[in-house]
Amino acid sequence: MKNLVPKIILTVFLGLMTISTVFCGGYNVGDMAKSFTLKNVDGNMVSLSDYKEAKGFIVVFTCNHCPYAKLYEQRIIDLHKKYAAEGYPVIAINPNDPVKQPDDSYENMIKRSKQKAYPFVYLFDETQNTAKSYGATRTPHVYLLNKVQDKFQVAYIGAIDDNPQSAEDVENKYVENAIAALKKGKKVAISSTKAIGCTIKWK
Amino acid sequence: MFKTSFILVFATLILSASYPENEVKVYNFKEFKSEILDKKENNTLMVINFWATWCGPCIKELPYFEEVNKKYANKNVRVILVSLDFEKQYNSKLLPFVKEKNLKSEIIWLNDTKYNEWIDQVSPQWSGAIPATIFVKNSKVLKFMEKELELEELESTINNLL
Repeated sequence: MKNLVPKIILTVFLGLMTISTVFCGGYNVGDMAKSFTLKNVDGNMVSLSDYKEAKGFIVVFTCNHCPYAKLYEQRIIDLHKKYAAEGYPVIAINPNDPVKQPDDSYENMIKRSKQKAYPFVYLFDETQNTAKSYGATRTPHVYLLNKVQDKFQVAYIGAIDDNPQSAEDVENKYVENAIAALKKGKKVAISSTKAIGCTIKWK
Repeated sequence: MFKTSFILVFATLILSASYPENEVKVYNFKEFKSEILDKKENNTLMVINFWATWCGPCIKELPYFEEVNKKYANKNVRVILVSLDFEKQYNSKLLPFVKEKNLKSEIIWLNDTKYNEWIDQVSPQWSGAIPATIFVKNSKVLKFMEKELELEELESTINNLL
């Protein structure tokens, strides 16, 4: 009987591992990210391949309504202003179902992007397929992509930095540090964190 | 007679004004861990719900926790509502909300924004979204649920863990 215990534990453990692999889905750091074509707030369709010069992308799943997305809005604008010229533009994607969260409708995305003069594209993931294939679960949720030959490799997944409430009190700028490492051709030290935020409103 | 009742009404008014309905304890994570998570309380099942005033699904399920708090008052169940409201909203949103809804469960404001340093210590399963609820007994996390709960599911989970 005693000998059975480790076996049971092992079985349960293996079972859990299978479950988590089945349910987690989405990308891990190191995976190659698929491109997507989504509608921007200006009406044009945008895809990663449109950016011939890009060295990578700061893909941010975000939205209008979420208090965390609001807290990070200015920081996302600043990220784009700082890194677009260096080859890492922000691609913001709203994956929320506007039926569940009317604030996140395409029309409201247009309004918000105009109000705040978003310098980056703000795309609507109407089918939610992009969020699903990436494995995004929250807003804001960052996937930093690095161009390797003609493909885009996931270099970092998670939060923008370690303090949603106050930009001044940030101690660890996860995304900026990851980009700095990429630019030096170094390994990203902290390549995944938990993105604190609102759950994506699925259909 | 009129005078006595007047004094009584007056006294009640003063009392209700000077005694807040519910105290909100303020903890950082270290304090929360030592005071709540690691606390060994004789077989008390702690139902700890993480929420915030700005989180719609959290507000929707809050009455169920209040209900359970009342219903299981004589059992070994301790309901704790842990608010993750932002610092700016502590005075302007959280305190008025607690008062307005007349919340009776224990309330903690967990003011610790270094989420990535503590969230795994609550549960490695926690992705970082709220609502989330953990069930703790004798400083062991028995169950973690990261979703909006219905009253039925909340009660059956408690009954199973009691």
